[in-house]
Amino acid sequence: MKIKVNKKILAKNEDFAAANRKFFTSKNILCINMISSPGSGKTTILEKTIRQLKDKINVAVIEGDLYTRLDAERIRAIGVEAVQIETKGACHLSAEQITRALHQLNTDQLDIIVIENIGNLICPSDFDLGEQVRVVVLSVAEGDDKCAKYPKAFAQADVLLINKIDLMPHLDFDTKRVRQDALKLNKDLKIFEISAKTTDGMENWFKWLEKY
Amino acid sequence: MHEAMIAENILETIFAQTKKKGGPLGAGRVVRAVISCGQINAVNDEAMQFAFEAAAAGTICQGAKLEIKHIPLKGLCKGCGNEFEFDLYNPHCPKCSKNDFSIGEDAPLLLEEIELEED
Repeated sequence: MKIKVNKKILAKNEDFAAANRKFFTSKNILCINMISSPGSGKTTILEKTIRQLKDKINVAVIEGDLYTRLDAERIRAIGVEAVQIETKGACHLSAEQITRALHQLNTDQLDIIVIENIGNLICPSDFDLGEQVRVVVLSVAEGDDKCAKYPKAFAQADVLLINKIDLMPHLDFDTKRVRQDALKLNKDLKIFEISAKTTDGMENWFKWLEKY
Repeated sequence: MHEAMIAENILETIFAQTKKKGGPLGAGRVVRAVISCGQINAVNDEAMQFAFEAAAAGTICQGAKLEIKHIPLKGLCKGCGNEFEFDLYNPHCPKCSKNDFSIGEDAPLLLEEIELEED
């Protein structure tokens, strides 16, 4: 016996994502989902961004890692509330995990919640967490072919941060190629070239974020 | 390997439909499931089959055949007006090679159909 089902397989994640998005809108909170490979500098970008904005804007962070609570500790060290989600091996965060993490945050005064997703340029792209803005980070040490190799992450992002530009003199990284490849996939992508270490180029990213 | 989570979600969707999860194999067991995905919203066939087989073990879906349909994404070239199947890994118009185009909406990940063993 054949039965027509025609149901969305990730409906459960979509339901949680929709609920999260509704919650953010009702509280007037901007939620950002940061996606990248491991070691691209997401946490350092966050640290520098929070230091710059925390007098003007109330920020909290939801940290996703397979194991350890190291990243949440780094964020708390700069005086901002952080919740750590340890996925114990799962390669991406789900919207349901974000819903649970939100219960652990005092969201009354918040302007921005940043979700630092698991370091992985593949799986997190498929899971809407209810964010309004998706940021993908690519560090120049990873090579300039990544937009072509991992198109999903770039096709679905709103912002691309090209990080570690202070290393450019030591690498053969073609920024033009990355821009071209990324814009081919996503013509509305906003691209910033930054160094979280030296903070070069970050002022434009700060301005964009403040304006949003 | 997000296919593992997708496999679990496929099974949950099937169980919601059949109102049962386990039980003796035989009548009512799921012998075939058909899913479809888009291009951005895609799965890797090999990983998906592997994950589904593993997740289905011990349930009414054990041994079920999983069929995966890939729904093309429509691209419309702004240069020559050609409508084409957009390839995420090679994004350009196959007719004029330009890369100025608009793309349609990607198909969602869907459980289309299941087939149960007859009495």
